[in-house]
Amino acid sequence: MEPFTSHRGLLATLDRSNVDTDAIIPKQFLKSIKRTGFGESLFFDWRYDATGGPNPDFELNAPRFAGASILVTRNNFGCGSSREHAVWAVAQYGFKAIIAPRREIGGALIPGFADIFRNNCVKNGLLTIELSEAEVDQIFDFVARFTNLEATIDLDEQRIVLHMDEEESFHFDVDPVVKEHLLHGLDDIALSLKHLGDIETFEKTHNAQMPASVG
Amino acid sequence: MSKTLFEKIWDKHVVKTMPDGTVLLYIDRHLVHEVTSPQAFEGLRLSGRKLRRPELTFSTMDHNVPTDDPNKILDPISKAQVDALKKNCADFGVTLYGLDSDKQGIVHVIGPELGITLPGLTMVCGDSHTSTHGAFGALAFGIGTSEVEHVMATQTLRQSKPKTFKVEFTGKLKQGVTAKDMVLKLIGEIGTAGGTGYVIEYCGEAIRSLSMEGRMTICNMSIEGGARAGLIAPDEVTYNYIFEQDRPFAPKGAEKDKLLAYWKTLPTDPGATFDREIVIDASSIAPQVTWGTSPGMVVDVTSKVPGLHDVPGYSAKDVEQALDYMGLKPGMAMTDIRPDTIFIGSCTNARLEDLRRIAKIIKGRKKASSVRVMVVPGSMRVRKEAEKEGIDQIFTDFGAEWRYAGCSMCLGMNPDQLKPGERSASTSNRNFEGRQGKGGRTHLVSPEMAAAAAIEGHFVDIRTWQPYLDSVKS
Ligand code: SF4
Repeated sequence: MEPFTSHRGLLATLDRSNVDTDAIIPKQFLKSIKRTGFGESLFFDWRYDATGGPNPDFELNAPRFAGASILVTRNNFGCGSSREHAVWAVAQYGFKAIIAPRREIGGALIPGFADIFRNNCVKNGLLTIELSEAEVDQIFDFVARFTNLEATIDLDEQRIVLHMDEEESFHFDVDPVVKEHLLHGLDDIALSLKHLGDIETFEKTHNAQMPASVG
Repeated sequence: MSKTLFEKIWDKHVVKTMPDGTVLLYIDRHLVHEVTSPQAFEGLRLSGRKLRRPELTFSTMDHNVPTDDPNKILDPISKAQVDALKKNCADFGVTLYGLDSDKQGIVHVIGPELGITLPGLTMVCGDSHTSTHGAFGALAFGIGTSEVEHVMATQTLRQSKPKTFKVEFTGKLKQGVTAKDMVLKLIGEIGTAGGTGYVIEYCGEAIRSLSMEGRMTICNMSIEGGARAGLIAPDEVTYNYIFEQDRPFAPKGAEKDKLLAYWKTLPTDPGATFDREIVIDASSIAPQVTWGTSPGMVVDVTSKVPGLHDVPGYSAKDVEQALDYMGLKPGMAMTDIRPDTIFIGSCTNARLEDLRRIAKIIKGRKKASSVRVMVVPGSMRVRKEAEKEGIDQIFTDFGAEWRYAGCSMCLGMNPDQLKPGERSASTSNRNFEGRQGKGGRTHLVSPEMAAAAAIEGHFVDIRTWQPYLDSVKS
């Protein structure tokens, strides 16, 4: 996996909450047995019209967002299924990072990202950033006002800088484990296999206590 | 120290705690289906790694399967995916219940059916509805394809400990109200992200009174509330389910006694604490119907379609988009909504008990002429047992299509799809835009509510609907 250290790119906004994985990549594209080629199918049902041409009403099709690499959206992005194809599609479209707000409603906290989706992002070097609702509102506002607005995301510093005449910057929190992982582009399986000895020792007692799997 | 059911299972599966606080969690059972596994098998090949414990890995085909004739896959890409699974299972030594097997079915239906799913286990599958298996008191959750490969290579997962959430359903359900209504009600209350980061334990009188099938329906939809997993402590209902029928992987003899003793230690200790708790009075729950494009967009069947500003947890814009997509107007009575397709199927509600309950209601009646009714049993075993009981005949006399097992119109990866603008009453779990077919409109309901809509051509409150009342009397 490619490490993520710092990235500068164009911001694009998608003003919808609860964007589910069926919307990110519809089922017909899950039939592929490959890991590539999903970028063109990202947001398929929204992105293309009945003739297969780009749907002019879909936000990300706006010419000003062409080549965007940082997606700014609303809460609970990526809810629904566990399909990693959704993350492959976002990444292969060209996004390096997604920004979404946590929201508080009646004392309950609604996170920016759904659980499995966020996990899958980490495995693919895609950075998910959760900010407060007010901060994300602000970014939406800046993107609406300034075309070609770019930002630099520095993972080590945990900082987003918006490149405007008067620069705006935001601090973000990140799970230290996720940070390590992304900064170094770690291969999880290789890391876990270093503990193969521990796994084998564990299995000796564990297997004796658990049901055998023979039918 | 008092522990929750979750903590007991978790602690027993920690292989090692890492310096960063994450743990290497041992996985007892890995379920595999054709859609989320090919890239993982390929990853193993490319890196020259082995599948460590093929005997703990079980595989079936469900998403792509045509349910009119499973052996005729017309779509070459679907066929390639199914063939890839066959080859991968053969190459890596994994048991496969393929299209020629009488054990084939939706992965979350066959796990419990075959006795693969047991209390106290950790189970994963590249599928979010793996939460279903939590109904047995197994810690079961969905993972992405990279994690599938990780489990294949190591039989473990690197995990941070989730938080715990106790959902207590007190009191008794009213007649005509089911497990499906309980879980839809819960999601309506906490929202589709309300459970994110948590493992939910369901408890209380109304949960204890449910059959295993009902408990599976509830745990199945935990993910729709954002939760990683749902859990229900095992009890006599669980043990009877496991041992009363032929389940090839259920423990036998001395092992059975040893495990039963262990399972009885699993329930949450008195005094154990949770990170979050809510209580819902089960007797106050009405039959639920979703009106929008998210399972949290749900109301009592007696309600009206809400206005833009009337839905807690959703912005006016979200509501407007959903109503627009669904072709509904605020203020319309839910009972005036007329589905044209009734889908009875999916890992939420297509087990034998679900089909039996519907058959009781529709027996001797005809479907409304305005609707198409599709019945897709959750597994080949469900199909066969239903046929033994004559349930298939009741459905075909009613005017329904009696299909083979698979995911079918739950997500329409096979040819079973809604056309744009078509409206379904569905016993499945997701009403997302396009889920059942591009432009299709989904209303999630219980099996009983779906049966009533099939007869009347619109939603009805089955608590006061005579055919239902007659059916429960008989
Ligand atoms: S029936 Fe539906 S929810 Fe269940 S596994 Fe199949 S596609 Fe997923």
